[in-house]
Amino acid sequence: MSIEEIEKEIIEEFDFFGDDWESKYEHLIELGKSLPLISADLKTDERIIQGCQSRVWLNANYDDGEMIYTADSDAIITKGMIALLIRVLSHQKPKDVLQANLTFIDQIGLKEHLSPTRANGLLSMVNQMKKEALKSI
Amino acid sequence: MDTTAIRQNFPILGQKINACDLVYLDNAATTQKPKEVIEAISNFYSQNNANIHRGVHTLSRKATELFEQSRKTIGQHFGLTNDQQIVFTSGTTASINIVAQGLAKHYLKPGDEIILSMLEHHSNILPWQMWAEEHGGYLKVIPLLMDHSLDYNTLEKLISTKTKLIAVTHVSNSLGLITDIEKVKAIANQHGIPWLLDGAQSAPHMPVNLLELDPDFFVCSAHKMYGPTGSGLLYLNDRWLKELPIAKTGGGTIKTVSFEKTEYVDGALRFEPGTPNIADVIAFAQAIKYMDGIGMQEIFNHEQYLVQYAQQLMAELPEIEMYGIQKHKAGVISFNVKNQHAFDVGTLMDKYGIALRTGHHCTQPLMKQLGVQGTIRVSFAVYNTKLEIDYFIEKLKKVIKMLS
Repeated sequence: MSIEEIEKEIIEEFDFFGDDWESKYEHLIELGKSLPLISADLKTDERIIQGCQSRVWLNANYDDGEMIYTADSDAIITKGMIALLIRVLSHQKPKDVLQANLTFIDQIGLKEHLSPTRANGLLSMVNQMKKEALKSI
Repeated sequence: MDTTAIRQNFPILGQKINACDLVYLDNAATTQKPKEVIEAISNFYSQNNANIHRGVHTLSRKATELFEQSRKTIGQHFGLTNDQQIVFTSGTTASINIVAQGLAKHYLKPGDEIILSMLEHHSNILPWQMWAEEHGGYLKVIPLLMDHSLDYNTLEKLISTKTKLIAVTHVSNSLGLITDIEKVKAIANQHGIPWLLDGAQSAPHMPVNLLELDPDFFVCSAHKMYGPTGSGLLYLNDRWLKELPIAKTGGGTIKTVSFEKTEYVDGALRFEPGTPNIADVIAFAQAIKYMDGIGMQEIFNHEQYLVQYAQQLMAELPEIEMYGIQKHKAGVISFNVKNQHAFDVGTLMDKYGIALRTGHHCTQPLMKQLGVQGTIRVSFAVYNTKLEIDYFIEKLKKVIKMLS
């Protein structure tokens, strides 16, 4: 599926929650609680993206024309966001990753998590994902 | 104390966050402002604005009177008779830097030692660390006891012939613990060592009489005590008012200037180069008057009631771990939800309109000592209520459930 198609799917899934932010966040927490998204031996200092509060580890590989990302965080909500971002950007061509503008985040009402305040490291993670894609073009 | 009337005086408190009433529990970060303080700023600019100290025209005279009266008001609030001992700065951090850079000029020598504590905010660590690194000095740290209070016995042992300053916080911004000033003062005086008291978190929350406390230096910020940001003070005792070298200089500090030699004035103005933020100093004095109108002891009693009530309710929740629990402490509680990241808790509490702070609170050495990445902090002010704490506890329980 293309990035746009996946984003559309996610928007529809979140539309289901409507204004009920509690259910939306419970869903995000559930996404975050699923099995760790990065293997433990890859959680090294080189892969850390230091947010001010929650830490994020990102691993990027280029395989057979596609970017493969795995990532993890020590904060559950951040992990939930990571699960969504990886669903959208992993197994995509580097060019497409670079051009993705991730508007779905705003559409599902979670834009605040990608704000530039250093609190959760997510924006830095997305930038890093794009840097890795650029390397592989 | 009529909290309803008090709350009505703070325009920002009527707000809704995410369709919930704002419950503002992040007062250690900054406090909200009463109408009088907000109006003092706009009134100054609409009625009395002019530059101060030099003009002969009416507006300049009015502005100067308002500015210097502010110094008097604030000096009196702290029990002083000589208002020149109050130097206006841009805040606590700037004040500490002024002291550090001044002392570094001739008082501190390579090989000298400065004693800090494990509780200190980065602003009372970094200026001293910078001096130590640039001039070959050493920092020694008063450790904590098991209950996170300061180990005063060890303070005594840290003193050497090279100790030139003891700099401690009056109230810990992360834990709310109140330093036993009499103990620090006794040790400092016994050895003839000057001491600096960081009052950023004490001046807003309890009576502080500088004549009685008698530190060499005292610092605090207006914005933590219902005043504007960008304004604070440095108190200097008689000795340092005369002897502390200045690190920054410019117009407004002098008697005469020539390229060969400049003669500086005495008193506070020596430390206040350039045009000050006049409106904010006047608003600072207004904030002081506002607090005096309620009474510092009343404010302290109110926050005591709130912090003990909150601690009591939180102690009943098995998932909560609190730090620095004491009977006698200021209105700050640091805690964590076991096995949960502070960031997750803070994000969800915000959805309920509850403003608290998560992270290291600019006290990374303390966090390391506690063995945590960060904590969740609630901190009270005059306008917080028992109902707000009940709401906070209710939503905290909900958030704990959501995350578990």
